[in-house]
Amino acid sequence: MLTASGLGRRFGQVWALRDCSFTLPEGRVSALVGPNGAGKSTLLWVAAGLLSPSEGSLRVSGEPVPGRIHPDVAFLAQSRPLYSDFTVAETLRAGEKLNDRWSAEYARETLSLLSGVAPERKVRHLSAGERTQVALAVALGRLPKLLLLDEPLSDLDPLARDETLRILMTDVAERGTTVLVSSHLLTDLAPVCDHLILLDRGRLQLAGEVEETLQAHRVLVGPAATAEPATERLIESTRTGRQAVLLARGVDAVPDGWTATVPELEQLVLSYLRAARASARQ
Amino acid sequence: MLPRVIEFRIDRRSGVSTYLQIVQQVKQALRLGLLTPGDRLPTTREVVEAIAVNPNTVNKAYRELEHEGLAEGRRGVGTFITASLGSEAGGRETPLRGELAEWMDRALGAGLGIEDIDALYQDVRRDRQS
Repeated sequence: MLTASGLGRRFGQVWALRDCSFTLPEGRVSALVGPNGAGKSTLLWVAAGLLSPSEGSLRVSGEPVPGRIHPDVAFLAQSRPLYSDFTVAETLRAGEKLNDRWSAEYARETLSLLSGVAPERKVRHLSAGERTQVALAVALGRLPKLLLLDEPLSDLDPLARDETLRILMTDVAERGTTVLVSSHLLTDLAPVCDHLILLDRGRLQLAGEVEETLQAHRVLVGPAATAEPATERLIESTRTGRQAVLLARGVDAVPDGWTATVPELEQLVLSYLRAARASARQ
Repeated sequence: MLPRVIEFRIDRRSGVSTYLQIVQQVKQALRLGLLTPGDRLPTTREVVEAIAVNPNTVNKAYRELEHEGLAEGRRGVGTFITASLGSEAGGRETPLRGELAEWMDRALGAGLGIEDIDALYQDVRRDRQS
């Protein structure tokens, strides 16, 4: 659905994104995670066709992203751009006028699923969470095949967060939508994502299906005095006087005295981020 | 519409993957007799409307149940329970359970705490699995 190869974007002398290659298969929900300044928004803007790549390419359904938003794509920007003088109902009508493909019913249905944003209210009077909900209804009204969401949960309270995720997952179940959703908090996305794209300071650290990625790694715990198990790639290791804890990719045999467990997603992400920082310092 | 027979709860902090939690909850309901052959499991849409989980995860759990011969997917209708769980030998008032109870009494008598007993049981189970 979305394929990046050697994708990079530069602002002046600074590369916000560089050497990014990944494939997001159709029907997946991908968590785009990384610390602030990792390049998450830049990647979403490029995917939405609102920024052009400085190098490499990004393809939606095999076609290069045009210099505007692709008809099959909907984008919820972090600023939630809506006309503040419009009412909620007028916002949905504008969505109808501005889009070739539009389902008023679906947009209204999405809005009514959420805890009450009355149609006659002015956008300027909405809370941040309500603005997000309206913007999401407008995005879903386009019946996108690829939905790009920039920090959709950041200004929502826990109840609205849960409702928003349920609406998104219902959309994925009903229409098979591919979703790329960013957050600097993985906790929010862990239960709903089945694909992960991890960025740190513009570089891709990890990309792939969540379960496959987890199964490819092991947390190894063993006595510090013995030789380390052979691994394809050691991501991180910590040692005390007696114990060594390693996170590694591709572990074949586990020596006597060592235990191997499949890492949890957050543990894996943190290890990769710490490793990226450590190698940048060297 | 058929009444909903089971509702899933996902514990985010358990460390057990979401799909496995769904599989385990169906099996637990089967053991307790809360689900019986012929019952329809909630559709993927019903599950994700109720709890925010990825639909592919629900599908994966249902496929696993089908693979284990506990459920069967019928196109356009839903996924139905086809088998019951809980073998005769594993029920209450059976010799195996009695022996385990005796063993546990001995362990408690030897001064082991509940957590020690759990650790011991899990250690033995791991040995037998490998």
